[in-house]
Amino acid sequence: MLRLEALHKRYATGEVALTGVDLEVIKGQVMALIGPSGAGKSTLIRCVNRLVPPTGGRIFFNNEDVTRLSSRKLLKMRRQMGMIFQEFALVERLSVMENVLSGRLGYVGFWRSFLRKFPQTDIDKAFRLLKRIGLDHMVDKRADELSGGQRQRVGIARALIQDPQLLLVDEPTASLDPKTSRQIMRLICELAHERNLACVINIHDVPLAKMFAQRVVGLRLGEIVYDGTPEGLNDDVLTEIYGEEDWHINKYAPKAAQQESSWDEEDTEEPAATAS
Amino acid sequence: MKKILRNQQQRQVDTNMTNLSLAPRTWKRKSFIENQTVRYSICAGVILYLFLSFNTLEINWIRVWEGLPRGQKFLAGFAPPDFISRWEEIVDGVLESLWMTVASTVVGIFISIPVALGAARNIAHPSVYYFCRGIIAISRSFHEILLAIFFVKFFGFGPFAGFVTLSFATIGFFAKLLTEDIEDTSVSQSEAIQATGANWWQWINYGIQPQVMPRMIGLGLYRFDINFRESAIVGVVGGGGIGATLNTAFDRYEFDSAAAILIVIIAIVFFVEYTSGIVRKQVQ
Repeated sequence: MLRLEALHKRYATGEVALTGVDLEVIKGQVMALIGPSGAGKSTLIRCVNRLVPPTGGRIFFNNEDVTRLSSRKLLKMRRQMGMIFQEFALVERLSVMENVLSGRLGYVGFWRSFLRKFPQTDIDKAFRLLKRIGLDHMVDKRADELSGGQRQRVGIARALIQDPQLLLVDEPTASLDPKTSRQIMRLICELAHERNLACVINIHDVPLAKMFAQRVVGLRLGEIVYDGTPEGLNDDVLTEIYGEEDWHINKYAPKAAQQESSWDEEDTEEPAATAS
Repeated sequence: MKKILRNQQQRQVDTNMTNLSLAPRTWKRKSFIENQTVRYSICAGVILYLFLSFNTLEINWIRVWEGLPRGQKFLAGFAPPDFISRWEEIVDGVLESLWMTVASTVVGIFISIPVALGAARNIAHPSVYYFCRGIIAISRSFHEILLAIFFVKFFGFGPFAGFVTLSFATIGFFAKLLTEDIEDTSVSQSEAIQATGANWWQWINYGIQPQVMPRMIGLGLYRFDINFRESAIVGVVGGGGIGATLNTAFDRYEFDSAAAILIVIIAIVFFVEYTSGIVRKQVQ
């Protein structure tokens, strides 16, 4: 459904972000894209909907080459790809409803959208989605009045009202607390599953990626260095992706934390380990 | 507890080691101009120029002293301001100025918006960008008085010349500041709208406009303010409005009427500034 062939991106500054990436995502698959900052994760998903124009290679979406589309066809194509952003990227001065309905912009003409006269079917859809994400009582609130988790829910609704076939998700949990992060990831995965959407999720948080994705792809310096199951992500693979690091050792941490990272803090009587 | 003690001991050992091995390093703030001779000669040059320019003023203190009583008489001519004998002219002038102000502000802003969109680096194609930047630069390079003199020659005496002057000056001001605000808009918000498949107009309407709206309203009111004040000046060189009335009063040596006109101008400027302040606060 989505296929990248030798995708290459070099920015005008000369910086090479992607060096020939081959990747295929099938319908209904939730794929996590992990990797260090600057590995090209964001660039990769922005190339798919051409927010960032790729400089080489091809992108096939439903067997159509995205890189060669005319600008009119590109807009049509973008409707099929919902995008969810880091830091939510809601238009802060617009209301919740306007933000959700902006997901329909690709389907309505300028004057309709300018006068905020969206078709009733779109409005029904928006209310259904808002109800689903639990925000139907906040329709007329301005987006900047919401909390982080609520904003990201609106961001999800905006992406889904597009009726997309593919979700591009860029660090959805980067500015959320651990509990909200899990709820947001769960919501994205549930909705993707219900609608049988393919889903590419950039994520920093490796445990979250392991928890929610069916497939994990590791990117390092614009190259795929791991492509496999979440279970296969062992220390060697993490080192391959992120570079040399002692993944578990912290000589100042209480002993319990070394074996398994856990959320509840335990005070142990054990003295600090002497690692050396 | 034991752990903390041990950590402290460890830290002390560390600091002792560093103290033994290093002599104190000095530090000085880095100068903006590193070469000392260049730095001092620039300073000396600026002071010398300042001294010379004061010397060219040639203030004749004896003449200033002799002129003082005349100045006093002139100022005395203003008191008490006379609102009555020229009241009709004053009202006409104020109404004309207000008409000029409203019309030129609206027209100026109307033209400014496309220019500002074209001059914003994050929106416009480079060719459009330079064209629109050019319009702004031209509009900003002439002061209102110069423009007014030109347009009065061009269209003849009267408020129309004033209206054209103020509209033209508004473009430079409004488009430039709006452009800066457009360039400061959040990239992620506008990207998010692009990602939905919105076309260019929809993108401007949903992604950019909400972000710059408060600033636009604030700037519009501020420019209204400025345009009213400028309409008084423009009138002096023949552009109509309250400035023309003021000029006539001076020409006829009716300083008491002139004082009344000045007070009216001040009152209106105060009023406009006060109300626009309230509105701007509401918008933010």
